[in-house]
Amino acid sequence: MSSEEIFEPKIVAFVCNWCTYAGADLTGTSRLKYATNVKIVRFPCTGRIDFLLLLKSFAQGADGIIVSGCHPNDCHYTSGNFHARRRWIAFRSILDMMGVDVRRVQYSWVSAAEGSKWADLVNNTVADIRALGPYTDYQKVADYLEKEVQDGEA
Amino acid sequence: METKYISKSGIEQWFKSIVDSGKRVYAPVNSRDQIEFKRVKNLSEVADEYVQTTQSIKASVYPKAEVLFSYEKEHGKVHLTDFNPDSIPETVLWKVHPCDAAGFKPLSAIFNWDSPDKLHNAHVQKTSVISFSCAMADESCFCTSVNGSPGNLAGSDIQLTMLPDGGAIAEIVTPKGEALVALSPTVFEADKGEDKTKYLVDLPARFSLEEVNAKLNKAFNSTVWKEQSERCIGCGACAFVCPTCACFDIQEDVHGSTGRRIRCWDACGFGLFTLHTSGHNPREHQSQRWRQRLLHKFSYMPARLNVVGCTGCGRCSRACPVDMNILEHITSIAEQ
Amino acid sequence: MEKLRERAAAILADGTVSLVIGYEEGTKRPRPLFCHDGESARKLIFDSRCFHNLAVYLTKKELVGNGRFAVTATISTLRSIMQLYVENQLSEDKLLILTVDLSGTLREFVTFDEISAYVEQFELKRSEREQAILTRIEGMTREERWNFWQEEMSHCFKCYACRSACPLCYCTKCVVEVNRPQWINPWPAPVANMEWHINRAMHMVGRCTACGACGDACPVGIPIDLITRKMMEDMAPEFGYIPGLPVKKGNALSTWKLDDREQFIR
Ligand code: SF4
Ligand code: SF4
Ligand code: SF4
Ligand code: SF4
Repeated sequence: MSSEEIFEPKIVAFVCNWCTYAGADLTGTSRLKYATNVKIVRFPCTGRIDFLLLLKSFAQGADGIIVSGCHPNDCHYTSGNFHARRRWIAFRSILDMMGVDVRRVQYSWVSAAEGSKWADLVNNTVADIRALGPYTDYQKVADYLEKEVQDGEA
Repeated sequence: METKYISKSGIEQWFKSIVDSGKRVYAPVNSRDQIEFKRVKNLSEVADEYVQTTQSIKASVYPKAEVLFSYEKEHGKVHLTDFNPDSIPETVLWKVHPCDAAGFKPLSAIFNWDSPDKLHNAHVQKTSVISFSCAMADESCFCTSVNGSPGNLAGSDIQLTMLPDGGAIAEIVTPKGEALVALSPTVFEADKGEDKTKYLVDLPARFSLEEVNAKLNKAFNSTVWKEQSERCIGCGACAFVCPTCACFDIQEDVHGSTGRRIRCWDACGFGLFTLHTSGHNPREHQSQRWRQRLLHKFSYMPARLNVVGCTGCGRCSRACPVDMNILEHITSIAEQ
Repeated sequence: MEKLRERAAAILADGTVSLVIGYEEGTKRPRPLFCHDGESARKLIFDSRCFHNLAVYLTKKELVGNGRFAVTATISTLRSIMQLYVENQLSEDKLLILTVDLSGTLREFVTFDEISAYVEQFELKRSEREQAILTRIEGMTREERWNFWQEEMSHCFKCYACRSACPLCYCTKCVVEVNRPQWINPWPAPVANMEWHINRAMHMVGRCTACGACGDACPVGIPIDLITRKMMEDMAPEFGYIPGLPVKKGNALSTWKLDDREQFIR
């Protein structure tokens, strides 16, 4: 990569249907400009986002991840985001123990009215991940089977 | 078969010539407090003073996971890419124990019992085995009870028996072994007439295979299986470390319109192994699965494949978290 | 020990229980023993070398049947039994717990509260081995931790002995067996192995009592018990638990508090 080229990180966003997805929609309809690096995956609720999906994203080439849903007390299902928050606390601790780069997972609350917050969240995350560079550590081992077969241990 | 002598420096030189020939060399290495086979470049990396590696060498001829074929769908057509035997590099296994080398025969017998297994056979063909006879054993070893011995040549292309001067008696067993000798022919000197058995560990047989076999043939409905297996937690560790266990699973790794079919290790000790889609499980209880493990090795394989499915390496006994000691269990059946 | 044998034989003889799960002398170290009669109860031992977490057997119907059974329990086993009680996997009227306390006295428990009052006296401390490895890991940079675990994971051959040995991995269908679609790749490979371990650790949040059975069972010596151990230590203060002392107030991940920490949420 020449110094002129800027690294464009691949970001996957896991968002809830009721708040953040609607918020991101609002960003669009308000014609706010934001980075195009993000691919959005919509869930009914943050409580429904399986932590393994985050790891699968890294394995398939994501450099950064956004997870976002309704603010506390605003969950469409009352407490899905509270449960999710607990899970994230535990997940972060386990990831950190395993040496996974937790800086690459950005959690947020974005409501249906916060179109500009969504734009900021994406822009800031893209900037952060760009500074961190591609997540080659993870992608290298994710290409496992070939390596395992060709160079595996006897 | 030819017997030669090779000196300490000769071994070093020979080892280097094998590495330099471009073949992959795997040898036991001491890392993380475990002795495991790893790819090595220098003789100094090779571990000494140990009884047994934790895992057997079976992964060299039966990888933990291997792609059988891969495919791609395009415009309604499927392009298949089959396993290519030529993709397997030449491999030399250094310092294999006789009980590990002996594992090749039962393993190959299973893989070829109805139709030849292209993958396994390709690995075997590309693999040369340099075994070291055993000067040490522990209480789990029982090769002498299952047709083996600390100096057994079965499965070896060359066997070295280490001598006090750091040199070794080299028994060159097969043409593959001769090819390895040819890499550095001058280091192989004339045999000094040393008696190999002097340098082998003394390991009296613990049971008679015939007796065990006769007992097992009538033991299918015995209560012994339940008695022995109550504490077994069905973890499969025994099968994974065993040089002859060959149970596998076939899995699909699909990404969009491309995919690979993969064969990976499995174990008959798992309840899931025999679970039918209907929900019926012919080996529903751990006792049935334990029975399968022993009968398969000591009864079915000898009867159908003419080879015992156990080389007496004792790994399963060492690996079992709840001390299911195969030697203890087999002897208790023999003594019944 | 003699008292324990006598008591075990007595409750087997009078029909109080139909099975006593305990320890006997093994080939290298003590191992689990299943006593169905007074005769086999004579083989029972109970001392500091007994380390297996026998709680792993208590949820296996094919072993314990439907009747009442007894188990000899170490402190680790007691912690697991408490957690199994919390999760409604054991019922107090089916279980009789025998243990020998530090003064050599035979103790018997049945209820959660009785066990709790006893276990409370024992603080869950890191063993020497745990301390040594965890200190090493805690001193590493993130990259070093990654490399450390990748190296360890490369040895995992997915035998799942860690799961089989764990008293809390009693699911009849484990997440690794979910195959429509295949959620975690069943073949061993560094990432698939790590996904498995992270998954298991996540399933242990607020449940693991740090008995170390998983790490002990691993045939290739991966210190996997330390993943859940560390997580447990980290999570206990977050969620207001005492490490290794299960309480009947809902599992960490099935409850929540309004003021759960959220500095990392932007
Ligand atoms: S059954 Fe046990 S002793 Fe026999 S070959 Fe297998 S691991 Fe070795
Ligand atoms: S290693 Fe031991 S506990 Fe595990 S399946 Fe084998 S015999 Fe059973
Ligand atoms: S790893 Fe999770 S799903 Fe599997 S048995 Fe353990 S708790 Fe259950
Ligand atoms: S016991 Fe060890 S080798 Fe087996 S699955 Fe668990 S970590 Fe992997």
